[in-house]
Amino acid sequence: MTDTDLGVPPPESLRAAVWAQFRKHRGAVFGLVVLTLLIIFSVVGPLVWSPEKLSVVEALKSKNLGPSLVHPMGTDQLGRDQMQRMMAAGRVSLAVGFVAMVIAIFLGTLIGVLAGYFKRLDGPLMRLTDMFLALPLIPLLLVMVMLFRDRIAGVLGPEMGAFVLIVSAIGITSWMQAARIVRGEVLALKEREYVLASRSIGARPFRVILRHILPNVVSPVMVAATLGVAEAIITESVLSFLGLGFPPDFPTWGRLLYEGLDYFQYYPERVIFPGLAISLTVLSVNYIGDGLRDALDPRIRGR
Amino acid sequence: MLTYTLRRLLLAIPTLLLISLVIFLLVDLAPGSPASEIPLTVPPEVRAKILEALGVNEPVHIRYLLWLKQFFWVEPLNGFDAIFGTHYAEGMQRIISYQSRSPVFPLIGERLPQTLTVIGTAYLVGVLIALPIGIYSAYRQYSLFDQFGTMFAMIGFSVPTFFTGTLFIIIFAVWLGWFPTKYNTTLVVTDWASFKEQLRQMAMPVMVLGLANAAAISRYMRSSMLENMSQDYVRTARAKGMSERTVVLKHVLRNSLIPVVTVIALGIPSIFGGAIITENLFGVNGIGSALIQAIRGNDLPMVQTLAFIFAILIVTFNLIADLLYGMLDPRIRYD
Repeated sequence: MTDTDLGVPPPESLRAAVWAQFRKHRGAVFGLVVLTLLIIFSVVGPLVWSPEKLSVVEALKSKNLGPSLVHPMGTDQLGRDQMQRMMAAGRVSLAVGFVAMVIAIFLGTLIGVLAGYFKRLDGPLMRLTDMFLALPLIPLLLVMVMLFRDRIAGVLGPEMGAFVLIVSAIGITSWMQAARIVRGEVLALKEREYVLASRSIGARPFRVILRHILPNVVSPVMVAATLGVAEAIITESVLSFLGLGFPPDFPTWGRLLYEGLDYFQYYPERVIFPGLAISLTVLSVNYIGDGLRDALDPRIRGR
Repeated sequence: MLTYTLRRLLLAIPTLLLISLVIFLLVDLAPGSPASEIPLTVPPEVRAKILEALGVNEPVHIRYLLWLKQFFWVEPLNGFDAIFGTHYAEGMQRIISYQSRSPVFPLIGERLPQTLTVIGTAYLVGVLIALPIGIYSAYRQYSLFDQFGTMFAMIGFSVPTFFTGTLFIIIFAVWLGWFPTKYNTTLVVTDWASFKEQLRQMAMPVMVLGLANAAAISRYMRSSMLENMSQDYVRTARAKGMSERTVVLKHVLRNSLIPVVTVIALGIPSIFGGAIITENLFGVNGIGSALIQAIRGNDLPMVQTLAFIFAILIVTFNLIADLLYGMLDPRIRYD
């Protein structure tokens, strides 16, 4: 037995290497911390922070209060605690961002894989992608929300209806970047030897894609996904800001900002808190995407 | 190059037709009908005649073809008449807005100057801020300036314009009182005082949009400069004893500007379409706010026409950007 000690540390796993590189990116760590805090604020917050329900008279007295110890973010024009609304709104905003991103990434990966792997589908699907990229998206989103809001609200109720509608509208108008990235990756991957080997032992395309192609496109897709969350949150708040988002009793940060606009000359904090929440979320998600891109890139990692 | 241009132009036609169909059908599904805009005092038979004159009773494909004909034939002909004083388009039915009962195109024409002055200036300011920042932060990579530039860019495209806009209003208009909160469209620039007034009311929307645009463009400029700084020809130029100024501002900058110019061209359609938020926030009476008003008022022809104009602009500037790239960079040949 030769027991050689080369003085080389044991090879670390890919996940550990990625995490080590990710931690080096100061912005990404900042983003992760801020995003975690925001998620805790909106998911765990309501369990801890529940101001007692006020009677009508009390609510009338506590209208439009500034920030204080009882109401850290003040109260709104109906005497509701603003911090509690911010927490509820945060849940919806974050949920919209994540669900819309999942839809967009699913569609984008599907179309990208189909276009990259099957030569016959490449032309039509890429033309479709180009067409979607040339559509004026914000106007069309506004029109879609305007058109289908009442109809879907009739089936699913106003709150769920608005959620499903906005999330799917954002999802089906933002898959194009992911599709392009995935197609490019698949085009390169399918020429590799292991794919050829897999095909030559008679694996069906579905299996090749699932076992050999998809695991290898995960890292670019993850970067696209983080940036997709940021974009979806901004798009939703744009819709809410134009008054075409969620109903008032089912607020999002964008909706709170929109409501605060009427009073912002006297109570600027009502615009600033939701605006800060949106900006911080988007900023931290963007930083995380930046860090992930560096961490998942083997040319940068380890240097 | 010529064949490439022709091929791209020909390819743009089916793309645009498909887009027009999508826009038309999507907007056509709207529950609102022009009948709801007619006052109830109008007797039913008159109402039926109005609806017939508006052409809403025809089947979908007829209306689509009619709209296409109006968009591509009648309206340009009307524009030709207006310029040269001819009467070719007389008696042809134009695209009529449900809200104002007047042709859509003159309405858009009225809105266009405001959008172009405010949003166009903002884009220009954005580019002018972005280029020096990008150049200098690439030249001094990882310096303090570069780190600030990176942070500025990150904040610039993370903070949505409606928030920067409201913040600016709170700080500069409400607290400091430097600028008016709303844009006054009726202001006519005649003398120095009114020109100053115009500058004051343009300051905030221009800054808001300019910062957002500058963030993205400065990033492109920086990475393009960095790519070129490490090229061999830069070392050669330095080895020849050229001054740093000539190397950076002549050799590197010219080559780095190629991709940036295309990015700038790609962003131009957003001058027309993407400024919906800013126009709404500051009350600029431009195309973006026209679109919002039309959507709120169920003005289908207006929405269809505006959305299609935006789509045409996007397709055109994509084409221009690709062609510019080929023209500026001799290494790229499309044949």
